[in-house]
Amino acid sequence: MASGTSDRLARSRKRRTLKKNLVAYSFIAPNFIGFAVFTLVPITFAFLLAFLEWDGNNPIKFVGLENFQALVKDKFFIASLKNTIIYSVGTVPLTLVTSLGLAIILNKEIKGRAFFRTLGFFPYVASLVAVTSVWTMVFHSSKGPVNAILYYLFNVPKEKLPNWFTGNLVLVMLILFSVWRFMGYYMVMFLAGLQTIPRELYEAGTIDGANAWQRFRYITLPGLKPTTFLVSVMLTINCFKIYDIAVMLAGGSTNTLSVSSMVLVYYIYQNAFNFWKLGYSSAVAMVLFVLVLTVTLIQFRGQSKYANE
Amino acid sequence: MVSNKALKFLSKTILYLILAIMTAIMILPFLWMLSSSVKLDREVFNMNPFVWIPENPRWKNYVDIWTKVPFFKYVQNTVFLTIVVTGLQILTSSFAAYAFAKLDFSHKNRIFFAYIATIAMPWQVYMVPQFLMMRSFGLNDKLLAIICLQAFSAFGVFLMRQFYLSIPDSLCEAARIDGMSEYGIYAKIMLPLSKPAIATLTIFTFVATWNDYLGPLIYLKSQDKKTIQLGLKMFINQYSSEYGLIMAGSVMSLIPVIIVFLALQKYFVEGIASTGIKG
Repeated sequence: MASGTSDRLARSRKRRTLKKNLVAYSFIAPNFIGFAVFTLVPITFAFLLAFLEWDGNNPIKFVGLENFQALVKDKFFIASLKNTIIYSVGTVPLTLVTSLGLAIILNKEIKGRAFFRTLGFFPYVASLVAVTSVWTMVFHSSKGPVNAILYYLFNVPKEKLPNWFTGNLVLVMLILFSVWRFMGYYMVMFLAGLQTIPRELYEAGTIDGANAWQRFRYITLPGLKPTTFLVSVMLTINCFKIYDIAVMLAGGSTNTLSVSSMVLVYYIYQNAFNFWKLGYSSAVAMVLFVLVLTVTLIQFRGQSKYANE
Repeated sequence: MVSNKALKFLSKTILYLILAIMTAIMILPFLWMLSSSVKLDREVFNMNPFVWIPENPRWKNYVDIWTKVPFFKYVQNTVFLTIVVTGLQILTSSFAAYAFAKLDFSHKNRIFFAYIATIAMPWQVYMVPQFLMMRSFGLNDKLLAIICLQAFSAFGVFLMRQFYLSIPDSLCEAARIDGMSEYGIYAKIMLPLSKPAIATLTIFTFVATWNDYLGPLIYLKSQDKKTIQLGLKMFINQYSSEYGLIMAGSVMSLIPVIIVFLALQKYFVEGIASTGIKG
C-alpha cells in the first residue's frame, strides 16, 4: 500500500520533470537546432579537415600532420603570421591609449558630451567599404591630400612622397586605420569602467593634496584595471581576425594581398577559395584558433584574479 | 607663481584642444566623403584651392549610381537579409535565453557550455567547413545561406540571458502561481521588460549584417544576389577612378546604419558597457 503510493508519486514526479524538460527544450530548440547545424558541426569538421588533403571534389586523403609540417616552411604563411602579430602589437596599445584618453575627457562635465560620444561611434558603425574608400583616396600616393600637404607644406620632393599602401608602410596604415575605427567603441567600455570607481576616492585624494596626475595614477588607473584587461583581450582577438580592413586598404582592385600585407584570415580564405587546398587552409585556421584560445585562457585566469581582489 | 585660476583655464583649453583634434580626425573622412560625392572626378583631388562645397554640386552622382550598377537590387537584398536575420536572431535568442535564465531542466549546463565555448571560436576558423556543408545542402549562391549563417549566434543567446538574469525570479514565480504558462510569462512579462537588451542586440545584428563583407563574398556569386557591400566594392574595383560616384554610393550605404544607430544609440552604449564588463 505504502509502496504503491510512493510509486505513483515517483511516476507523477517523473511526468512533471518530463513536461518541464519538454517546455524548456521547446524554448531552446529554434535557436539550438540552427546553432548546432550551422556552428557546432562545422567546428567539429574544421578540426578534422586540418589533418586531411581535399580539394572539395576528389576523394579525401588523410595526411596526418603533413599540413602543419608544410606550414612551417611556407613563406606566405610565415609572412601572414608575422604581419598579423605586428599589426596586433601596434594596434592594441595605441587603441588602448586613445580610447582611454577619450573616455577620461568625455567623463568630465563638458558641453556637448553626448554629441562627442555619439560621434566617436561613427567610424565603428560605418561600413568598411565606404570608409576604406575614403582612406585610400585621402592617402592616395600621387593625388591624395595627405601627400599634397607633405609636398606643399613640408617640401617633401615628389619622388620621396610615401606610398602608403605598399611595402612596410602598409602595416602602419592598417594600424592607423584600425585605431581610428575602434577607439570610439572601446571608449564606451572605458566610460563604463570609470563609473565603477567611487567618487569618494577622488574627494579623499583631493583633500590629501593629490594633484590631477597623482589622482589619475593612483586612483583612476588601478580602478580601471579590470576594464583595461578586458579591453586588451577583446582588442587582441579582434586584431587576430583582421581580414576585410587589409583587403580593402591594401588589396587594390583585384582584392589580393602581397607578402607585405598578407594576414592569417586572408591566407585561410585564399587557400580554400582560390587554391581549393581545404585541408591546408584549415591548418592555418588552427593556428588562428590557437592564438585566440591562448588569449582567451589568459582572460579567464585574469578574470578570476580580478574577481578575488 | 601661476594662479590656480589660470591653471584651470589652461587645462580646460588643452582639454578642448585635444577634443577638437579628435573630433576633426573622427569626422573629416565623413565630410570628405560627403563633399566628394557631389563633385566631378577631377574636382575631388583639386587641392589648390580645396573647396568643401563645389560651386555646382553634382547631384547627378546620386542618380547615376543607380543606373551604372544594379544598386537597387543590392539594396533589396541587403534590406531583406538584414531584416530577416535581425528578426530571427532576436526571436530565437530571446526564446532560448528565457529557458537558460529562468527554467530548470536536464543538461542545462552542458547545453549552455556548448554556446559559451563557441563564443571564443572565431567564425573565420570554421568558415571553410561551413561553406562546404552549406554547399552540400545546395545553399551556395543563395541568400538563405547568409540567413543560416548569421541568425543563430551564441552571442545573442548569451546577451539576452545575461539580461534576463537581472530580472527577479519572483516575478515569474508569481505568474506561475497565477496559472500562467511559461510561454505566457515569456511573452507578457519577460519580453516587455527586456527592451534595452533587445535594442542592443538589434543594433549589433543590424550593423553586423548590413556591413558584412566576408560572408556574402564567400556565398553570393551571381549579380542579382549581391549585397550593397559586395556591389559597392565591385563597383570600386571596376570604376576605380570614378571618385564622385564611389563616394555617392558610400554615402548611401551609410544612411540606414546611421539612422538605426541614432535611434537606438542610448541602448547601444549601455549594451556594450554591460555585455563587455559582465561578459
